[in-house]
Amino acid sequence: MGTGRFAWMVLLSIIFITSAPLLSAQTAADNQAARIAALEQQVTDARTSGDNAWMLTSAALVLMMTGPGLALFYGGLVRKKNVLATMMQSFSMMAIISILWALFGYSLCFGPGNSFIGGFHHLFLHGVGAQPDPDYAATIPQQTFMIYQLMFAVITPALITGAFAERMKFSAMALFMILWSIIVYAPMAHMVWGKGGMLNASLGGRFPTLDFAGGTVVHITSGVSALVCALSLGKRLGYPKQPMPPHSVVLSFIGACMLWVGWFGFNAGSALAAGSLATSAFIATHFAAAAAVVGWSGAEWLRNGKPSALGAISGAVAGLVAVTPAAGFVGPMSALVIGFVAGIVCYLMVVKVKARFGYDDSLDAFGVHGAGGTLGALLTGIFATSSVNPIFKDAQGKTLASGLIDGNAHQLLNQFVGVLMAWGLAVIGTLIILKIVDLTVGVRVTKDDEIQGLDLSQHGEEGYYWEVPA
Amino acid sequence: MTKIEAIIQNSRLDAVKDALHEIGVEGMTVLEVRGHGRQKGHTEFYRGREYTVDLIPKIKLELVLPDKMVDQVIQTITSAARTGKIGDGKIFLSRIDDAIRIRNDERGEGAL
Repeated sequence: MGTGRFAWMVLLSIIFITSAPLLSAQTAADNQAARIAALEQQVTDARTSGDNAWMLTSAALVLMMTGPGLALFYGGLVRKKNVLATMMQSFSMMAIISILWALFGYSLCFGPGNSFIGGFHHLFLHGVGAQPDPDYAATIPQQTFMIYQLMFAVITPALITGAFAERMKFSAMALFMILWSIIVYAPMAHMVWGKGGMLNASLGGRFPTLDFAGGTVVHITSGVSALVCALSLGKRLGYPKQPMPPHSVVLSFIGACMLWVGWFGFNAGSALAAGSLATSAFIATHFAAAAAVVGWSGAEWLRNGKPSALGAISGAVAGLVAVTPAAGFVGPMSALVIGFVAGIVCYLMVVKVKARFGYDDSLDAFGVHGAGGTLGALLTGIFATSSVNPIFKDAQGKTLASGLIDGNAHQLLNQFVGVLMAWGLAVIGTLIILKIVDLTVGVRVTKDDEIQGLDLSQHGEEGYYWEVPA
Repeated sequence: MTKIEAIIQNSRLDAVKDALHEIGVEGMTVLEVRGHGRQKGHTEFYRGREYTVDLIPKIKLELVLPDKMVDQVIQTITSAARTGKIGDGKIFLSRIDDAIRIRNDERGEGAL
């Protein structure tokens, strides 16, 4: 009995002594796993912080493009009596489109839906919170993605205002833009960038169109709609006989410089992260703008004997437009080519084509954004390379060729489909909307109001009040 | 009393003003004006659209003087404002019936 008890004790002790290290090893392994998990979480958090910081900054930069960037750019180009009305057309988008976006705009663009338009899943921003949506941007809160995309939805309709400047009713403009952002912008943004969109290149769309930051979604839709507006509204009273030079190229100059800076948020921000792709897009954006200034100014210098300030800033905008779809897919040398070509082509559009056909695209929204956007979208099909952005992969995850210079000639066709969709949607959508607006509030101001100027007739104030010196 | 209205090149204003001060002219009124004489305007280009600017910015000086000073002032203005090119401007003279100093109702040449 005593020995038996002793034997048990010895046995238990042995088990205890031998198993003690095992047990502690088990605890250590648990600890390690917990530590690794904690570290992984910290890495994720750090990445999120970095990406989120850049994306919030980018969102603010893109907002700055509309106000004051575009407002100043367009405001300077009109006559004195229309300066405030023109600036208000851009600024009011910052309010109106933002509200629509919160209610249903974001959902129509980025909510799950069909291949043409998003659904109502994110109505009233339902389900849009701190959690990322990995289909769009895995490292930033979906709220950040949402507010960043809003800034695009704000500036796009504002671009159109250049075509009908100095002659559209404010009420008509507001109604037009509300309808336009639903009928034209939402489907186009969904098709190119939304889940299940038929042109989405990164989420397996049927016709993958490469559009990094909005060549089709932003510039073709707005530019082509602008042309339809200009044709439909008709010319300003006195155009083209009466001289209507810009009342302040200085304002336009400041605006254009702000657009250039803001465009870094627009294009480099479209990487949706703060990594090397953002840098690459930043660089492509800058070089394209620089080359386009030289392209436009050079063409103007040859033709008029002088390079104008207005030409130089218009060239910069044209280059920025053209590189928008390409920014995250092309290298810096391609960006130089894209910019230079865009500078010359847009110059010819504005100077030759507009004069030839006689339409009054007052501030050249079509000549710069429509033409530059189309050119850029097609050139993206040529210059996109997988060495900058391996966007196309086969089933095994092997990188496939991007554009023509990679050997993927087929991409040009896809780009063409994207361009065609954007043109078609813009033309049809805008015609329908103009009809609705014309039947309800009436599109154009009266002759008297137009002569008096929109500042006084639409807003009851003047941009440059003449005060008797005290 | 004589009123002198001299339309001159913008760039000559300082020289004319200094020269007039030197010969003792005490007051003048300067206006920024636009107009054209024989000098044709220039063309400006905005996005390829050509605008002819035929009303050119000029400076207009107005002085009212005692008659005895008029010849000297005219000589001073012409020599200081002349560049020898088309567009140098013109001088117009007209009679002035009376002048009144608002501060103390002084009239005639004394008010100048």
